[in-house]
Amino acid sequence: MECTDLEFVTRARAGDTDAYRVLVERHSRSLFRLAFRMTANQQDAEDVVQESLLRAYKQLAKFDERASFGTWLYRIAVNCSLDLVRSRKRRNEHMAPEDSEMEDPVLSLPSQAPTPDRMAMSGEVRERVADAMKELSASERTAFVLRHFEGMCIEDVSRVLGCQPGAAKHSVFRAVQKLRRALEPLVSTAR
Amino acid sequence: MNHLTEEQLILHYYGETGEAGEAVDSLATEQHLETCSECRGVYGSLQRVLNVVDSLPMPERGPEYGTQVWKRIEHRLPARRRGWFTLPSAWRWVAASAACAALMAAAFFAGRTYPGAPARGQIAAVDKQAGERVLLVAVGDYLERSQMVLIELANANPTAHLDITNEQERAGDLVTETRLYRQTAEHTGDTQIASVLDELERVLVDITHAPSNINPQQLQDLRQRLEADGILFKIRVLGSNVRNQEVPAAKTAGQTL
Repeated sequence: MECTDLEFVTRARAGDTDAYRVLVERHSRSLFRLAFRMTANQQDAEDVVQESLLRAYKQLAKFDERASFGTWLYRIAVNCSLDLVRSRKRRNEHMAPEDSEMEDPVLSLPSQAPTPDRMAMSGEVRERVADAMKELSASERTAFVLRHFEGMCIEDVSRVLGCQPGAAKHSVFRAVQKLRRALEPLVSTAR
Repeated sequence: MNHLTEEQLILHYYGETGEAGEAVDSLATEQHLETCSECRGVYGSLQRVLNVVDSLPMPERGPEYGTQVWKRIEHRLPARRRGWFTLPSAWRWVAASAACAALMAAAFFAGRTYPGAPARGQIAAVDKQAGERVLLVAVGDYLERSQMVLIELANANPTAHLDITNEQERAGDLVTETRLYRQTAEHTGDTQIASVLDELERVLVDITHAPSNINPQQLQDLRQRLEADGILFKIRVLGSNVRNQEVPAAKTAGQTL
């Protein structure tokens, strides 16, 4: 039978680095997905994954065994992502909305009347969505990413955000409302 | 018939239930949507927007990704200290006794250096000066680390949210030390130093239990508290006295050897 996260955490706390390796292998992919949704950049997401796992290792003693290790790790990754986004903002660095490997072939196709499917896939739409996401506040973006992309329930979102479920729910509301206002004209024209 | 609110539609989209009293019933929402074209239109728009959001590309990572990450961070992991509860019970008592003895002596010397602390009679001890020097260095280092955590928070940018995970981690480590020094100071009757350490311990505990990401208001509250208690000043005075004591102790120890 496969050991639980908690068993590996206990062993890692006692100095067993192999146990921590298992935890890293289990959670890296989901952390990357979260970090990419938060930072919108592959290299930044890679940095966030590594930094989060290093921070988590240093703070293992603080992990409350009654909580879920994955949720705890998500919380650390969210903080790392927000730190990175904030520091990038401070440096006024330009955040590329997509990576070169994500180049969209649809963009190069000549079309005067895109269908909704084509629109949904087009670079322009993607750029508008990325812009709209950037307009969300840190808590709105985090709550939305966790609820919408990660499929977490509001209760878990609130645990990651470290707030009451009501506050997490309202962050999701505000995020969806902002996105809807920003993107509704786009989807209306595409109909 | 009342229309559904945008919040109710969002909750319905995510399959979430409302808070008590909100009366968000999935079945009722479903039935309303069937009969109300206006709400159905709003809900359709909401679905389309969220579907478009889903079109954002996501670079996938393969099953070997975890192993790759491990290779990148493995050499950067700090050496883990052996946890207290991983020690066998008997060794815990040995360690506790040794720690208490060391801390009793440390608090004694720290108490002697704090302004206004009562003068102590001469204590006969073998290699007293050398021991005193080591303890003063340890106490000085501990006070300096405490001071650094508080200074970093007191001087942080007051206009932006701040991630204090790192400071919390260091404060958490210092809490245990502070508690032991304080208890020992109380035990040896150094009430003034015990009082300073008691204040410091409470501040450190609060920092440890604060949210990792604090807003400008929370940061401002913390600053005001540090200023009101004058804790930074007290630690500075205590640390300065400890450092001043380190030099004569080192000289005396050198002469003795």
